[in-house]
Amino acid sequence: MIRVILPAHLRRLANLSGEVHLDLSPPVTPRRIVDEIERLYPALRGTIRDAHTRQRRPYLRFFACREDVSFADPDQPVAPPVATGEEPFIILGAIAGG
Amino acid sequence: MSSVRVLVGTRKGAFILSSDGKRQNWQVDGPHFGGWEIFHLKGSAVDPNRIYASQASEWFGQVMHRSDDGGKTWQTVGNQFQYRGEVGSHQWFDGSIKPWTFRRVWHLEPSPLDADTVFAGVEDAALFRSTDGGQTWEELNGLRQHGTSADWHPGAGGLCLHTILLDPQNPRRMFVAISAAGAFRSDDGGESWLPINRGLKSDYIPDPEAEFGHCVHRIALHPARPQVLFMQKHWDVMRSDDAGDHWYEISGNLPSDFGFVVAVHAHEPDTLYVLPIKSDSEHYPPEGKLRVYRSRTGGNEWEALTHGLPQQNCYVNVLRDAMAVDELDPGGVYFGTTGGQVYVSADGGDHWQSIVHDLPAVLSVEVQTLP
Repeated sequence: MIRVILPAHLRRLANLSGEVHLDLSPPVTPRRIVDEIERLYPALRGTIRDAHTRQRRPYLRFFACREDVSFADPDQPVAPPVATGEEPFIILGAIAGG
Repeated sequence: MSSVRVLVGTRKGAFILSSDGKRQNWQVDGPHFGGWEIFHLKGSAVDPNRIYASQASEWFGQVMHRSDDGGKTWQTVGNQFQYRGEVGSHQWFDGSIKPWTFRRVWHLEPSPLDADTVFAGVEDAALFRSTDGGQTWEELNGLRQHGTSADWHPGAGGLCLHTILLDPQNPRRMFVAISAAGAFRSDDGGESWLPINRGLKSDYIPDPEAEFGHCVHRIALHPARPQVLFMQKHWDVMRSDDAGDHWYEISGNLPSDFGFVVAVHAHEPDTLYVLPIKSDSEHYPPEGKLRVYRSRTGGNEWEALTHGLPQQNCYVNVLRDAMAVDELDPGGVYFGTTGGQVYVSADGGDHWQSIVHDLPAVLSVEVQTLP
C-alpha cells in the first residue's frame, strides 16, 4: 500500500479526508502514483499535472523520504520505504501568495 | 412571489445571496470552494438551477463546476480546454512572440436555448463551447484563426476573452470582447468572425483607430434591441446602433470615462449604468466617492447615483464582470467591489444598500430572477 498526502485544497476538491491509499504493483514511480490518483479521483485531473503537457504544476512539489523528487525522472522508482507504505509520498503546494 | 439569487465570485470563493422580490433582507450562503479564485458563475435561463462556475488557481490550474440544484451542491465537470488546430502564437508585452497557452476561464455564458450548452471565454483569448453540460469543451477556433490574431497583445490582466453576448433574437449572432484585441462579431454561430471596432479611438496604441488592438473592457446589450451595443472601453464609453459596425462616443458629462462595467436596465433599453474609475493607473473612483452613473437617454447625459453609497474615502474598484441587473419590476441593479462589498439597488439605482461588505475581493456578480 502506498500512502499519499495531498494538499488540503485537493483533498477538499476530491471529498477526501486524510491520506490516500493506493495499491500499485512495482515499479512504484511518481508518474504511476499520479496516474492512479487521477484514475481514482477524476476531479483531480489537471490539478497536479497540466492536462495537456502532463507536466507537474510549477507550484506543486513531490517529496519522498524527506527528499524533493520533483525534478527527478518521474519513471524512476520511489524509495523503498514509500513503496512499502512506511513513508508517505507527499504532494505539497508552494507556500506563497495570498 | 418572485425572488432573486445573486452569484458572487471572489478571490477566495463563491457566495450566493438570496432574497425575495423586495430585495431588502438577504440570506448569505458560502463560501463555496473556499480559498479558490472563482472568476465567474452564471446560471442557465432555461433551467435556473443549473449553474456553471469557473474555479482557478495558480497552484492547481483550472477546475470547472456545475450545480443542478441552484448552488446547494456542486460536481466537477470537464476542465480540458484544448486549442483546436494549429495553436499559433501572439504578441507578448515585450513584443516577443508567445504560443497560445490556456490559463483560465474568465467568463461563462449559458445558452438561452439549451441548459447543456454553455460558452466559455478563456485566457489566452479563445472561445469554447460545451454541449454536454460542461463535461467536454470544443474551441470555436474561427475567432482565434482570424487574420489579426497573431498581432493581438494582452492587456495588463492577460490576453483574455471576457465578454460573450448571445443575440436573443438571432441564435446565429454572437459578440465577444478581448483585452486588448477589441470586439468581434459572428453571424454564423461562431464559425467565422469580424472585428467590429470602427469608431473606437485609443490614443495608447500606435494607430489610435486601428481595426483591432483596442482594450475593450465590457460590452452590453438589451435583449429587446440587440443591434444596439454599449461599451466601456479602457477609456471612453461607446455605443453602436448597427451591431458593432460603427461606434460613437457617449461619455458625455461623466467625471471620468475610464471604467470596467456597463449594464443595461432590464426593462428600459435606453437606461444604462457605468461606474467611473479615476484612471488606468488609479483604479478607484474619482474623489473617493463611489458613484454609479445612469443615463436614461442611451448615453451622453448622465446622472450620479449616490444614495446609500460611500461618498468619502472610498478607493475600491469594480471589475468588468461585477455588475448585473435583475428582471423584477422595478428593476434591480447590483455590483461588487474589490473591497468585498456587494451593493443592490431595488429601484433602478435611486437607492443602494450593501448586502455584504466584508467578502474577499469581488471578481464577478450575476443575478438570477426566479419565479
